[in-house]
Amino acid sequence: MSILIDKNTRVIVQGITGKAGSFHAAQMRAYGTQVVGGVTPGRVGSQWEGLPIFDGVAEAVAETGATATCIFVPAASADAILEAVDAGLPLIVVITEGIPIQDMLRVKTWLKRGPTPKGQTLEGLTPPVIVGPNGPGVITPGQAKIGIMPGYIHKPGPVGVISRSGTLTYEAVWQLTKLGLGQSTCVGIGGDPLPGTGFVEVLRAFENDPETKAVVLIGEIGGTAEEDAAAFIKKQMSKPVVAFVAGATAPPEKRMGHAGAVIAQGQGTHASKVQALKAAGVSVAENPAVIGRTLARMLEKLQVQV
Amino acid sequence: MRFLEHQAKKLLSSWGIPIPRSGLLTRPSQLSSAVRKAGGYPVVLKVQVYAGGRGKAGGIVKVADLSKARAAAKELLGKRLVTAQTGPEGVPVKSLLAEQGLTILKEFYVSVLIDRSRQVPIVVAAREGGIAIEELAKEHPEEILTTPFDPFLGLLSHQSRRIVTWLRIQAEHREAAAKQLLKLAKGFFLTDASLVEVNPWALTKEQGMLALDAKVTVDDNALFRYPELERIKTADADTPSEAKSRQIGISYVGLSGSIGCMVNGAGLAMATMDLIKLNGGEPANFLDVGGGADVNQVREAFKLIVADRKVKAILVNIFGGIMKCDVIAQGILSAAKSMKIKVPLVVRLEGTNVEIGRKMLEDSKLGFITASDMDEAAKKVVKAACR
Repeated sequence: MSILIDKNTRVIVQGITGKAGSFHAAQMRAYGTQVVGGVTPGRVGSQWEGLPIFDGVAEAVAETGATATCIFVPAASADAILEAVDAGLPLIVVITEGIPIQDMLRVKTWLKRGPTPKGQTLEGLTPPVIVGPNGPGVITPGQAKIGIMPGYIHKPGPVGVISRSGTLTYEAVWQLTKLGLGQSTCVGIGGDPLPGTGFVEVLRAFENDPETKAVVLIGEIGGTAEEDAAAFIKKQMSKPVVAFVAGATAPPEKRMGHAGAVIAQGQGTHASKVQALKAAGVSVAENPAVIGRTLARMLEKLQVQV
Repeated sequence: MRFLEHQAKKLLSSWGIPIPRSGLLTRPSQLSSAVRKAGGYPVVLKVQVYAGGRGKAGGIVKVADLSKARAAAKELLGKRLVTAQTGPEGVPVKSLLAEQGLTILKEFYVSVLIDRSRQVPIVVAAREGGIAIEELAKEHPEEILTTPFDPFLGLLSHQSRRIVTWLRIQAEHREAAAKQLLKLAKGFFLTDASLVEVNPWALTKEQGMLALDAKVTVDDNALFRYPELERIKTADADTPSEAKSRQIGISYVGLSGSIGCMVNGAGLAMATMDLIKLNGGEPANFLDVGGGADVNQVREAFKLIVADRKVKAILVNIFGGIMKCDVIAQGILSAAKSMKIKVPLVVRLEGTNVEIGRKMLEDSKLGFITASDMDEAAKKVVKAACR
């Protein structure tokens, strides 16, 4: 089992004719993901590698039976997310980097107000589940990937991975794979200040997923997502969690690449996050090179069979 | 993007919020005309730098006549101001704002920003102004009021009235103050701001409630909507390297150490810095080339690190996803053609197109040290930098 996606997930790609969209749509397909079509306004009737291209998401869903979308459109088009919401897609993965925070604020406010979604929930999460923006996407190793992560570094197994960073997730996953610790699902929630889905929701889904035995959480400076995650773990998680928080050496008031990675007005420091996670019983790796080993040791100590 | 005080105040004024009369000077010879614009003596001379903590550092002085003003202007212009937020090297003072000297009866604090945790816009108001809000939050949280509001409807009139009542602003000034709050919240959305802060928001004897100091930060990701800002987006850079990095279109933050880093992805870039430190080294910079960079951007980013005189060794740590390893290799090789790399270079490549990237570097005559994982890379670069 896994969370959010598996081999039956049918995916459309918004922005499939763009450079990134077309390269990664091909990579997703090569990994085994069921890519069933694409959306590029104005290009209806044409094809991408034998797949139909549609003008809009609603039409694409009606024709292909898609259950998820992967968005590669430019940052000025937060509307693409709402289009996918309107079309009733339960899973919306947003790769786009650079969406203005106020645009995302309107998207999130609209979501809170929209009609109650019909259909089943995704491991306890209420659809539509928006993953990202500004993240690598979601992968269930051996089954499907929706996003831009290199497939070969993953391996099916019992570890759930959740992260605010793309390449740092690859780093952690690669360490796990080399130690023989496979992953149930890896979710990149993205580096923006207002992510579509936060740590807490994904942690809840991992807690509900019987195949996930342990979780690796990768955070970074800025905001209070790690503190919120710690509060949830303390109260509601029974599964072991290992964490790493990037940015111990980051200076205050400087934006460290990600729009959300900034220590502002004394909030969002590395120390505060590590302290909160430790207090919640999370095993925090101080060194990014030993995230995998920290998990292996913890599993051994707890005698968790993987 | 940050703004200097006088720029931020101009924005506030354009939204209809009262500010003191003022004039700007970049040379002592402009003093008289600036003071005239401020309405004559007494005036307050305020250094125009991005860092906070100016007052305590002697960057804000009230002067009563021409001779004192001239002496202060001469002393401040061109000097490096060291505040609690600048670091020991300080920042150069390039301009002064001469502002109408007002009699302050009471100071408050107000800001508009987005609460990341609750995902709503909020107005933060405090009964004390002119202080650091994070300090007040620690010591007297009961003196701070946070008001969430709707991003579509904006701050509502009754919310603004409740805030000014809570602040205990004198009854006859409440209506004007509440109107200013509504304008501030509107301005926040008009400019795609991530922060609008008025501190102090002051009640003065002469002009009632006005913005005595202001800070505005516009979301960098929204600059495309403001072509006039996009053009000057390097203006608020702290160093020439940071200005250059923005022209290239990469994320760069200069630090004080000796190990230059080029990494893809913000999280991995921070983790790489952390790992260098754990191994006893000090990073010279944060540099995230990002996912979509082309060969030219990688080349220019690499040149930026090589040109940094503090740098004694360079670590390239790439885990390709959207970014392909061969693009990184091409960028490095292209940089090496146009400038001499005199310091040791440690390279760790993994991910998309890793084999092609490794082969390109190996086939070149560029001398470099390879590492198979992040830990080994950090250890090797720290060792190389110590030599």
